[in-house]
Amino acid sequence: MSGQSQRLNVVPTVTMLGAMKARLIGATRGHALLKKKSDALTVQFRQILKKIVSAKESMGDVMKTSSFALTEAKYVAGENIKHIVLENVQSATLKVRSRQENIAGVKLPKFDYFSEGETKNDLTGLARGGQQVQLCRAAYVKAIEVLVELASLQTSFLTLDEAIKTTNRRVNALENVVKPRLENTISYIKGELDELEREDFFRLKKIQGYKKREIERQLAAAKEFAEEQFAEKVALQKGISVNAAHNLLNDAMQKDEDIIF
Amino acid sequence: MAGKAQLPTNSSALIAMIADEDTVTGFLLAGVGNVDLRRKTNYLIVDSKTTVKAIEDAFKEFTTKEDVAIVMISQYVANMIRFLVDGYNKPIPAILEIPSKDHPYDPAHDSVLSRVKYLFSAESVASGRR
Repeated sequence: MSGQSQRLNVVPTVTMLGAMKARLIGATRGHALLKKKSDALTVQFRQILKKIVSAKESMGDVMKTSSFALTEAKYVAGENIKHIVLENVQSATLKVRSRQENIAGVKLPKFDYFSEGETKNDLTGLARGGQQVQLCRAAYVKAIEVLVELASLQTSFLTLDEAIKTTNRRVNALENVVKPRLENTISYIKGELDELEREDFFRLKKIQGYKKREIERQLAAAKEFAEEQFAEKVALQKGISVNAAHNLLNDAMQKDEDIIF
Repeated sequence: MAGKAQLPTNSSALIAMIADEDTVTGFLLAGVGNVDLRRKTNYLIVDSKTTVKAIEDAFKEFTTKEDVAIVMISQYVANMIRFLVDGYNKPIPAILEIPSKDHPYDPAHDSVLSRVKYLFSAESVASGRR
């Protein structure tokens, strides 16, 4: 988990450093955004949790009333009403439709119930207890209403749960894996670049030292040379008469045509 | 992500049931019952003669059917196939455990509600720590 072991395998160059910095900025921004998303989802999630708990409790009451209504209907219309009902089943008149709700990019399915076509049970209990049967029917429709509501809450709950888990996993991955790795890479590249710079500096210094020594050497040589020359000059000056005479002679030989010898 | 098994919007879907006779009768009266072309019903009446195998098969069938959005299952029936119900974790179709007339409703057994309660307590602990 620590230090140099967790870094990307890159060539330490300035370009790479720039790229890594850009990636780190991207990761930071993504992390902040995902964190916000996770928070928004959690808020929604808690609301749904509360709703589920209250809906589950109200479901008990609704089911109790509807069961009681059925018992009433059975009492009035006779026990064999259930056979009539069971025989009458053809196609569903009460169905659910799903639509989607979008919360922070997560699509939550919501169920709505609706009835289509006329009910086949209109004539049930025509002989006796028709009213009770219809009341019972109404009670069960009400129960369906609550149950459908509960079902959509539950579906949202599961979907949100999954979404929150995924988001949190991403947030944690960014925070604990991607970002440290990028930071390590950046510090590695920086260290490596510094090292290079120091090497360069040292080399320059070394070269400078060489040059300095060379110059000193040359200076010393020049000085020596100058001294030598000076000495020579002095010596020349001392022997100037000889030279001058020679020169004079030479000059005379070249210029003076009158002189015969 | 979790939204793979979602129904296309605006399509109509059925409510399936696995419950005792009275509950099924009530809901059939409300009009949720459906019989398809192969004479297959979208409900299963559980009585003393129904085997666990039959319930399992019905549960598996309802949860894999595409036109089922909600599966209502009586809690005492759900207790018989608890391992299946607990192992089921898809959002659609939604599994609803409903109370039945002869068996009082016990929130502790509900697979979803137990998770809800667990999260509730976990969250209150977490928020208390902050």
